[in-house]
Amino acid sequence: MSPAIELIAINKSFGTVHANKDVNLRVERGTIHGIVGENGAGKSTLMSILYGFYEADSGEVHVNGKTISIRSPNDAIHAGIGMVHQHFMLVEPLSVVDNVMLGAEGGAMLRAGEAKARAELARLARDYGLEIDVDATVGDLSVGLQQRVEILKALYRGADILILDEPTAVLTPAEADALFGLLRSLKEQGKTVILITHKLREIMAITDRVSVMRRGEMVATVETANTSPPELAELMVGRRVLLRVEKAEKAPGAPLLEIDTMSVVDSRGVVRVANASFTVHAGEIVGIAGVAGNGQSELLEAIAGMRHPALGSIRLEGRAIPLSERNPHRMRQLGLLHVPEDRLRMGLVPAFPAFESAILGFSDEPHLGRGPILDHDRLIADLAKKMEQYDVRPPAPRLKSSKFSGGNQQKIVLAREIERNPKVLLVGQPTRGVDIGAIEFIHRRLISLRDAGVAILLVSVELDEIMNLSDRILTMCGGRITGERKASETNEQDLGLLMAGVTDEAA
Amino acid sequence: MDLSSLVTVFDSALRLSIPLLAACLAGLWSERSGVVDIGLEGKMLVAAFAAAAAAYAFGSAWIGLIAGIGASVVFGLIHGFASISQRGNQIVSGVAINMLAAGLTAIVGNAWYAQGGRTPPLEGVQRFGDALFGHSALVYIVLLAVPLTWFVLGRTRFGLRLRAVGENPAAVDTAGISVTGLRYTAVIIGGVLCGIGGTYLSVGQSAGFLPNMTAGKGFIALAALIFAKWRAWPALGACFLFGLLDAIAIRLQGISLPGIGEVPVQAIQALPYLMTVILLAGVIGKAIPPRAAGVPYVKER
Repeated sequence: MSPAIELIAINKSFGTVHANKDVNLRVERGTIHGIVGENGAGKSTLMSILYGFYEADSGEVHVNGKTISIRSPNDAIHAGIGMVHQHFMLVEPLSVVDNVMLGAEGGAMLRAGEAKARAELARLARDYGLEIDVDATVGDLSVGLQQRVEILKALYRGADILILDEPTAVLTPAEADALFGLLRSLKEQGKTVILITHKLREIMAITDRVSVMRRGEMVATVETANTSPPELAELMVGRRVLLRVEKAEKAPGAPLLEIDTMSVVDSRGVVRVANASFTVHAGEIVGIAGVAGNGQSELLEAIAGMRHPALGSIRLEGRAIPLSERNPHRMRQLGLLHVPEDRLRMGLVPAFPAFESAILGFSDEPHLGRGPILDHDRLIADLAKKMEQYDVRPPAPRLKSSKFSGGNQQKIVLAREIERNPKVLLVGQPTRGVDIGAIEFIHRRLISLRDAGVAILLVSVELDEIMNLSDRILTMCGGRITGERKASETNEQDLGLLMAGVTDEAA
Repeated sequence: MDLSSLVTVFDSALRLSIPLLAACLAGLWSERSGVVDIGLEGKMLVAAFAAAAAAYAFGSAWIGLIAGIGASVVFGLIHGFASISQRGNQIVSGVAINMLAAGLTAIVGNAWYAQGGRTPPLEGVQRFGDALFGHSALVYIVLLAVPLTWFVLGRTRFGLRLRAVGENPAAVDTAGISVTGLRYTAVIIGGVLCGIGGTYLSVGQSAGFLPNMTAGKGFIALAALIFAKWRAWPALGACFLFGLLDAIAIRLQGISLPGIGEVPVQAIQALPYLMTVILLAGVIGKAIPPRAAGVPYVKER
């Protein structure tokens, strides 16, 4: 039997960047095939070529044994390829059925096609358990259901080969499990699934085979049963990587950050955080787990003094912080430093050279210059030293902040905050968009800070990260803290339930 | 006010609202596809000039209409090229269209006819005469455009795609449909409607072109478009309301109101604009434009 997809010697360059170098890929029919690689390894480019978003500079595409040329998404759809993009390609104000029909309306008038679409959606719901309210407005659906609409779109167009790009990034663990169940049933019906992800756990759980990309090249394709996460990580990075940072048991010290009944209401009057109370001790990492958008970001910003008014009280080292002092500048002076979630929006100024981004928020420190005049040579020398310590690549202080990769940008931000000797460190999504190698580095750094007695509050949507780093874990759902666990006494299922709002009392 | 003067006011309100409605629907098509169009004013103005000039030259109002539509579509395509193909700033391009139209019509008009930018007066078959109930054919064409717009946008494949491209062009692109094609089509439809509106001004409502005869109608139409939340039937209502305000303003001139006395002409003329501000400032609630409006579509890497 010929493979569902065979790519031969695919090349694609964007300017000077060689995004795909002689890439070969063979995906057998009726299998789930994983593609892993660091950010910028060329996975998305390769899939975009397969879906007709880009044209390859050279190389051949075979689908079901036939050489075809895919110049547009239309060609891909005709060849039976469907794609679920990481950022959904949905029209939010339109209904589910309108979204499904878009581009495959079946005639100039909508009415005739709509009846057919409804019947087909009902069939897909029956066959695959893809139930959905077809008249619902897509923008009102949960993220999990929106993803379901994307899958329905592909199946409605008769896709035999389904490409999913980082499908679980926005899902709760329970939703992710449901998705995997669906992928398995698709496979049983003979469909071929290509899964792009950076979560090795998912690769191990669901794929039959996995291909690894590194710097634009396809470095290996292996049977999932014959490999392991450490081996895959090593293939991705090109060197040995510790996936799990070792940390010693440590008794927490004095309470450094105490939050009492904090609530946050946003500008539209929506309650984002409701009555959060917790404490972070010296030498302790407290992780806040939750699906994105459940109030963690707002909580972090409120503690950092970025949101007003935040109800409730904050105590730092036992001292109640009055409202008048709750601004980011004062909080930093008091020893509460913050690595914000969105480094491009809040952590640095993308258009500034790195050495300017590296003093954001601290530019009035007297040692940085004379009076109002900044000493550039000194800033550059300072950052050069830090870049060495934090292994920032390239070690070029004058380079524009936006030119660094995500991981290196994050290291610059981290270095800036950590160098100010925090007592309490707030960290939001420290490894979002960061390569595996840099993740390891950042994790080690955070652990060593904890060992040095810093109180760390960590917010992350990556459950693995929370479980690896934290001593204690709080879960948030709908703005409420729904549970608290010691990291050593919980597991993913347990946390997943709490993140979905199933509280201890209810259970 | 007795019944006959009420009828007169409504009649004149309808007349005054027709150019607004044509421009408003033009804006609706363009913006629902994601192309912000503040050049409605300029397109109506060139259409008014081209229509009057052609009607005068060929002695036919209908040839005037064709010329008006043609001129307006050409200007629409300039805006389309700048904002769709070249991904330029749509506001800047729209401002340029307006300035170009104002300058070009005045200069060409003066060069051709040497009457201070006016075209020679039109008479007889050079104008659209009354076709039905004292209104010209153009009035009915524009009114017909309302249900047509509603139907095409809501009930056809093309309409679905057009609505989608104004909200999320990437979704349309990945569905294998040309974003550029859809947006150009919308811009052309907008050009046709502006062309009808402009022709109505110079060849229907009046008898010839006057410099700057659109007098801000394109901008009032934009306000009406927001007021109508980018929907066809409410656009009819909004434009008629603005037309009514205009008609009342004309009617009130020289009349003294109890307790106030004679209202100055300027104050009355400001009434529609004042109303626009008040309506837009709060009465209508939140008007959410098509999400992709004003944003050129660039494929992401």
